[in-house]
Amino acid sequence: MSFDPNAFIIIVTGSMIAISCGLLGVFLMLRKMAMTGDAISHAVLPGIVLAFMISGSRHGLAMVIGAGLVGIIATVFIEYLSNKVKLQSDASIGITFTSLFAIGIILITFLANKIDLDQDCVLYGEIAYVPIDLWISGSGQILGPRVTYLSLINLILVSLFIYLFFKELKISTFDKEFAASIGLSTVGVNYGLMGMVSYTTVSSFEAVGAILVVALLVVPPATAYLWSKDLNKLIKITIALGIIVSIAGYYLAFALNSSIAGAMASVAGLIFFVSVILQRKQLPLIKKKLSSLKTGEANTL
Amino acid sequence: MEDFIYFFSFQDPNVLMVVVGISLLSISAAMVGTFTFLDKKALIGDAISHAVLPGVCLAFMLSGNKNPYWIVSGAFITGALSTYIISWISNYTKLKEDTVIAAVLSIFFGLGIVIMTQLQQTGNAALSGLDHFIFGNAISIVRKDLLVYGILALTIILVILFFYKEFKVMVFNRSFAQSIGLPVKRLEFLFNSLMVLAVVTGIQAIGVVLMAALLITPAAAAKFWTDRLDRMLIIAVVFSLISGIVGAYISFALPHMPTGPWVVIVLSLIAFLSFFFSVKKGVLTKWIAKRNYQRKIHSDHILKALFGAWEKGKQGLKTENIFNIFPGKNFKTQYSINKLNKKGYITENQSIIKLTESGLTEAKRIVRLHRLWELYMTEYMNIAPDHVHDSAEKLEHIITPELESKLDRNLNFPKADPHHSIIPRDPKKP
Repeated sequence: MSFDPNAFIIIVTGSMIAISCGLLGVFLMLRKMAMTGDAISHAVLPGIVLAFMISGSRHGLAMVIGAGLVGIIATVFIEYLSNKVKLQSDASIGITFTSLFAIGIILITFLANKIDLDQDCVLYGEIAYVPIDLWISGSGQILGPRVTYLSLINLILVSLFIYLFFKELKISTFDKEFAASIGLSTVGVNYGLMGMVSYTTVSSFEAVGAILVVALLVVPPATAYLWSKDLNKLIKITIALGIIVSIAGYYLAFALNSSIAGAMASVAGLIFFVSVILQRKQLPLIKKKLSSLKTGEANTL
Repeated sequence: MEDFIYFFSFQDPNVLMVVVGISLLSISAAMVGTFTFLDKKALIGDAISHAVLPGVCLAFMLSGNKNPYWIVSGAFITGALSTYIISWISNYTKLKEDTVIAAVLSIFFGLGIVIMTQLQQTGNAALSGLDHFIFGNAISIVRKDLLVYGILALTIILVILFFYKEFKVMVFNRSFAQSIGLPVKRLEFLFNSLMVLAVVTGIQAIGVVLMAALLITPAAAAKFWTDRLDRMLIIAVVFSLISGIVGAYISFALPHMPTGPWVVIVLSLIAFLSFFFSVKKGVLTKWIAKRNYQRKIHSDHILKALFGAWEKGKQGLKTENIFNIFPGKNFKTQYSINKLNKKGYITENQSIIKLTESGLTEAKRIVRLHRLWELYMTEYMNIAPDHVHDSAEKLEHIITPELESKLDRNLNFPKADPHHSIIPRDPKKP
């Protein structure tokens, strides 16, 4: 196979998105907020459409801020519904994200003629167009694919966030009471994390679509959790999985001639299910066999 | 307007068919949803609705057309598979259920997208309606579809009515259901199948992405109007019907509009109105009740202050003195004085406020409760007399006449409280 620069760009972009999502996903999963992540990724849609309408472009700061705000509003609203209105938490999540997503879809349909955004793009994005969508500077110089830059910035910010607040995230995730007792703002950490999740969703939605972001947020951390419970190892395995998923996903999509984002989710799913089966049945058996072999050898020797 | 009359006079058999179809599916989804909501399985509904997509696409791929039998079977198989996988993984691994739901949901959806985009690349003309299954289009329902989806919805409704009692026991008290010998495992299996079926009936009209809302939202809204299961079912069905028909009408009037999002918007609107304005548990109702209670407490405190003055032999208090007792609450105090005046508890004369006859009785009652409770706390709970004031300050507003007479009897009709203040009594009563 010859080196294909387009394939390389797509895989690199995909890996960067998968790593950003996975890093945040580890904490979401440990905080039992996987479904909140799902809700946010649906809920940012009206924010994206409105920011798009106001600023008139798909890129830029307005989009990130607008959609990021909607993501945080959705989190606040879910908490308001379950704490103040006393609605059970699963229903609060379900109602919030379905209503916001419905508003987003209706806005898109209304503005179909005016804006360059359609339902398909929202659903599964199009990472295959990444190499064509170039960022051209004011003087007409071609600087490279735009989405790749966006996902690089996203990855840097997410890594910085986790690096700087690692201790806070860790303590507030594992022991909320202790975190509160040493004067840590657990609410602040929570909204910071939710803000980063919304920002990542917005930044990646063009490439992988609003719903498949969930696959990248949840599946690699869940797979890693099957293999390790140590936070540092969890993060490392998640990063490795993100890269594997985007490489294998790209070639699967290439072979099937289908959506790359969908193929990435499918590969992630395959690894997840294989891990589940190995963890559940095979691993204890293999271990047993290995140990019996060793003891058997020792005996014969 | 013409559209409106045309649509709601049902003169067009196609319109009638769409309305019948969407009504049946709204009813069945609301009924199943009520039980899933009470069983706290709302998010599994979301997972199922995403997981039917690969089934729908596979059915397309195998049959090569939009045959509803194939689609329903395909959707049912992957939907059921997803619930099975979710319960299997969350039972046998250390992963939490919500993580498993989110993972399974997104994996199945991703798989569906792969098959769907692949089908679209082949460019088969018969596949053009495939994306209707994502956001739904009620207007695309034709006679053949109605027959399949309608019969499914009817089956769901009948099964739920038939097993109403069993499901009720299972949802509210699983261990009790087991103890009276109900086959809980089999009932659960039946119920999960109904849940998948309910999602499947909705895929053409509402679409896979938002079908979860039809399960969750009507029940959540109905919960705010009643605590009884039978009434909750009826209210949920009515809410669901209204939004289903409105959604179908909007798709009819504006043909490029997908039905699903509109149904969900109407439903969410009903739900939010219920959350805020429900007579029983709405946020607004609770807020009003809280405010009224706080006002009552404030009036009680004013009466107590006046009673204190009366005990010291004063005729009344100056208005400004009363305001000074409650610094920073001038507005509230003025309101309470007006209210008490209206009730005839106090009279205001040349900026001196006095208790009337009935006001004195009421003030005595509050002080009596306060002092009785203080005495009870010291006598029965061995709490030091200087620690009992705060608790009495709270309970003086809520002790009922029944509790009062009980306290009185237990304390043997005492004369004075632990601070040696006399417990004021009504001379008319024994």
